[in-house]
Amino acid sequence: MRWLLLKDLQLLRRSPLVTGLLVVYPIVLAVLIGLAISRGPEKPRIAFLNQIPAGHGLSLGTGGFSQQEARRQLCAKVECVDVSSRAEVEQKVKDGDVLGGLILPPDFISKLQAELGTSGTEPATVDVIVNNDDPLKAQVVDDRISSLLTQANLLLSSKISNVASDYEKILADGGEFTIPFLGQTVHILGLQKSEKALDAVAASLPPAQRSRVTRVSDFARLARQNLALADSLLSSVRQPIAVDKQLIGGSVPPLDTFAVAVAAAITLLFVTVLLVSGSLALEREENTFTRLTRGLVTRTGLLVEKAALGTGAALLVTLLLLAAISPFESIAWGRIYLIVPAILLAGAASSGLGLAIGAAAREVRASALLAFALALPVAFISLVPSGTVSKTLLDVIHVIAGAFPFRAAVDALSGALSASGPDLGLPLLHLALLTAGYLVLARLALRRFA
Amino acid sequence: MSETPARARRRRAAPVLEVDGLSKSFGERAALREVSLDVSRGELLAVLGPNGAGKTTLLSILAGITRPDSGRIDRSNGEVGWVPQQAGLYRRLTVEENLRLFARMEAAEDVEGIVERMLDQTGLEKRRHDQVSSLSGGNQQRINIAIGLLGDPSVLLLDEPSSGLDPSQRVRLWEFVAGLAKGGTTVIYSTHQIEEASHYGDRLVVLADGETIFDGTFAQMRRAAGPRPKGSVADPENDFVRFLRGMGH
Repeated sequence: MRWLLLKDLQLLRRSPLVTGLLVVYPIVLAVLIGLAISRGPEKPRIAFLNQIPAGHGLSLGTGGFSQQEARRQLCAKVECVDVSSRAEVEQKVKDGDVLGGLILPPDFISKLQAELGTSGTEPATVDVIVNNDDPLKAQVVDDRISSLLTQANLLLSSKISNVASDYEKILADGGEFTIPFLGQTVHILGLQKSEKALDAVAASLPPAQRSRVTRVSDFARLARQNLALADSLLSSVRQPIAVDKQLIGGSVPPLDTFAVAVAAAITLLFVTVLLVSGSLALEREENTFTRLTRGLVTRTGLLVEKAALGTGAALLVTLLLLAAISPFESIAWGRIYLIVPAILLAGAASSGLGLAIGAAAREVRASALLAFALALPVAFISLVPSGTVSKTLLDVIHVIAGAFPFRAAVDALSGALSASGPDLGLPLLHLALLTAGYLVLARLALRRFA
Repeated sequence: MSETPARARRRRAAPVLEVDGLSKSFGERAALREVSLDVSRGELLAVLGPNGAGKTTLLSILAGITRPDSGRIDRSNGEVGWVPQQAGLYRRLTVEENLRLFARMEAAEDVEGIVERMLDQTGLEKRRHDQVSSLSGGNQQRINIAIGLLGDPSVLLLDEPSSGLDPSQRVRLWEFVAGLAKGGTTVIYSTHQIEEASHYGDRLVVLADGETIFDGTFAQMRRAAGPRPKGSVADPENDFVRFLRGMGH
């Protein structure tokens, strides 16, 4: 068997394209993933047209928003591309120069101010321009701008509740108050001082009159106590919903580790399945299968040799990928004693799949086509998260994905790469069972191979 | 000292392969029916017959690739080498690498020695470092046969060895095969070419519809075919067709 293995390595050496693919593919993939992980998402470019007259700001009680502050807050979240006209916004969106356009119309502030003053008849509106050619992109822009407007609304709520809190404080404790728009400052006595003044007056009154003043004093105390409760109510308006996240459904590896595991599993699956299926089909195309299995090696022995070739290649390319990704993402090399078994079993299961494909397809080109046709959608559906499709469809996806080694390989590699990843036992057992199952299928398919 | 004809006859008389009552069916179709034959050492046996006669099935069973439904094969007098119709070689490996690989897999004791011997025998020493894909069909067939000889078999089975070769390549191939038989290797080959069989076959076995309809020399077959029609030229192919028609095929 070792001579056959050596022969396959010799053949690989004679096929620079295939060997190059085996080496270059994981490195390119690793660099791309490394860059993606290390740089994080770019800020989306948004064309921004501000048609509000200069100097108009939003007044809220004693404070408010200037245009500059609003722009600074907005452009912290996205990359604002300033434009001078609606036509320019539309052109930039159409050309794909920006992801979308945001227009603040001239009457935006006045409408908002009127709305806050309860005299508004129509809501303040911003114009959003989205290129609808690409539904995915349109969805992204919608989500981004909705998120921005939600944040803006929250900011306004917060400002308004702060102003209301100041009013409440003056009402309770007393102090100076500047009347909005008029600029006139008046002194407010406040409920607390009113209560004290009334109590003092009540003490000097005859009992018959005292009870009436005491009732007013009690009202002032009650109002002050309830105004204290308003503070917490206003706080809850600022952030009405708080998040208390609880993790269920097993341990989850960090996102970066999961991304590395996915990259490694994709590389391992494609390289191994293509190599093994092609190598087995080649034995038939070269008419050597019958010669070999006539007594030089058993059919099972031939399958084991190809599986060993695939598993060795899987180990090599996956370690190469992890080494190439190391400069971008910290790899837990201290867990190599777990990483190697995970790669070996994932490689063995992928090799088994390659053997079944090669034995069924019987031709190198057909096996390559079948390998792609199977591996690509399987990798795709294996990553569909729960909750994004119906439960029945998810169950079907789980059954299909479970019959292929990709998802189990991702779980095994995640568990091996991170202590917070899933337990290794189940994925490794899954991969071992898949290996055995595929070997049986391949052995059966070899009956009609020659 | 050269071997006397009587001694050569005695040496050759001992059968190295005995086949008795072989039958094989694929579904409803009977590919072989009760085929029996004995082959002696150094004999060149041509298995002839029209398409679908059962030639390849017979050779596959003799090679141990296909299992017969019934019948007996005695291979106890030595190894049986097999050469497939399509060259079973790794085209991206060199001539030498192919020979070395199969010699190692045959667990040959002196791998390098046997590789050198086969290169010498095939006359391909100068092309030992060439990839098989760069060789002509005739040279590929020589390597194909050489690999069949690596196990030092007493019987060599060749499935239509000359198909796809040009006339000069055929002549060289048959000279090579005749040399093997001269050295004591029994050669059983299937062919469509009656001319090749008449030239390079000590004996002919003719199969039709899975049955043996003739077993003897070409001269015996010609006699069995009956007299040539007046005015027809002496041609082995015409004789063979006349024989088949006479047998109802």
